[in-house]
Amino acid sequence: MRIENHPILGEFEKGRRVEFIFDGKTIEGFEGEPIAIALRSNGVMIHRYTARRNEPRGVFCAIGRCTDCIMVVNGLPNIRTCVEPLKEGMVVQTQKAKGSEGSSE
Amino acid sequence: MVCVGAGPAGLAAALEAAKNGVEVVVYDENDRPGGQLFKQIHKFFGSKEHRAMERGFNIGNSFLNEARELGVDVSLNSVVLGIYENGTLNVMIKDRIEHVRGEKILVATGASENMIPFPGWTLPGVIGAGAAQTMANIHGIRPGDNILMVGSGNVGVIVSYQMLQAGSKVVAVIDAAPKIGGYAVHAAKIARVGVPFYTSHTIKEAHGKDRVEGATIIEVDKNWKPIPGTEKRFDVDTVCIAVGLNPMSQLLGMAGCKMIYVPNLGGRVPAHDVNQETSIKGMYVAGDVSGIEEASTAIIEGRIAGLAIAHRLGYLDEPGFLQQRDVQLKNMVGLRSGSHGEARGKAKEYLNAMMKG
Repeated sequence: MRIENHPILGEFEKGRRVEFIFDGKTIEGFEGEPIAIALRSNGVMIHRYTARRNEPRGVFCAIGRCTDCIMVVNGLPNIRTCVEPLKEGMVVQTQKAKGSEGSSE
Repeated sequence: MVCVGAGPAGLAAALEAAKNGVEVVVYDENDRPGGQLFKQIHKFFGSKEHRAMERGFNIGNSFLNEARELGVDVSLNSVVLGIYENGTLNVMIKDRIEHVRGEKILVATGASENMIPFPGWTLPGVIGAGAAQTMANIHGIRPGDNILMVGSGNVGVIVSYQMLQAGSKVVAVIDAAPKIGGYAVHAAKIARVGVPFYTSHTIKEAHGKDRVEGATIIEVDKNWKPIPGTEKRFDVDTVCIAVGLNPMSQLLGMAGCKMIYVPNLGGRVPAHDVNQETSIKGMYVAGDVSGIEEASTAIIEGRIAGLAIAHRLGYLDEPGFLQQRDVQLKNMVGLRSGSHGEARGKAKEYLNAMMKG
């Protein structure tokens, strides 16, 4: 999924490669890039399930406007993962409904 | 001067004002400046004065260098929540809310994307065209491998080309209108490599349980009604929506500016005069928030607003102001003519006239 050798932009400047935890699994991304980008590069498309109908939602606007991509990050629910920068060791969880503070698997 | 938005319009205004000696602070809710400029990797149209043939991200970089040299204060991650009487703004910076007062205010908040709902539109894999552009051109990731583009306006055709550059396949570009909406040059670039266009077609459904696994389109008749039996299904993992933009003019409406609904400019826009000043004295607008156009026109509007503010604050004398403003107005003429620009130019004249009426 990562673009290599873009015809106009060449290589993308990225932070160092770091590990973080997604739903209990350790995966990798680049420090400072949005959490959603790191997830997508690992093939993760579902960020949360809606409260009433339990429907899957993922990234929609990618600029922090629509809030469709919110997840539980380090125990805090409703974090816009398309704009929240990735940090080493972050604990990211698929959000169920409105999420709950400090929730864990 | 307080400037809301660090996109092309806001930065252009901030630079013109700062060059003349105005103290400028710019707020932007994003963590990087430049608005959508850094996602524009195609070359712009127009003549040299419009910085044509330059790519958006290069223009963005030169703006930022200039801002640094002039000492313009650009405050990022700063959300302007409201504009009140006497030019007071509430700005949320991280977890704090600050009150700021500007002698002159420029609102250059840009636009947000229009959307169309259809069965399956909430599935992961249905994204805005802006999202596709952000993922590919800023973060270096392909939004998907096989993409259906909904909308053939400039955003639709330009982003389609950018998806090809990112290594994705664009399976088709569809548009409910009977003809392609974008500039022929951009449409030709993707037609040349074999991307099919389906005009008079709309999206009927996105398929899939947990993510997009396909999409069905359907032909529409003269009255935009779907024609049963004309469905076509594509195997795509991504549906990209590019059906226009609307001005993010809420701050202006809330502040009490005279607002007018102008379909040709994308929605509710503030009446403003030729100097970009709204019905509230001292409050200026520039760029998409004052009517959807292009980055090149946004830059010119920003420059005019910046010059007018410098003049009103006493940093630029009348002849100097008029001379520099007229250069900018002349540059604008070419951009507001032709099949695409003329209707917008007329709509802008109407907005100017509404200031007097």
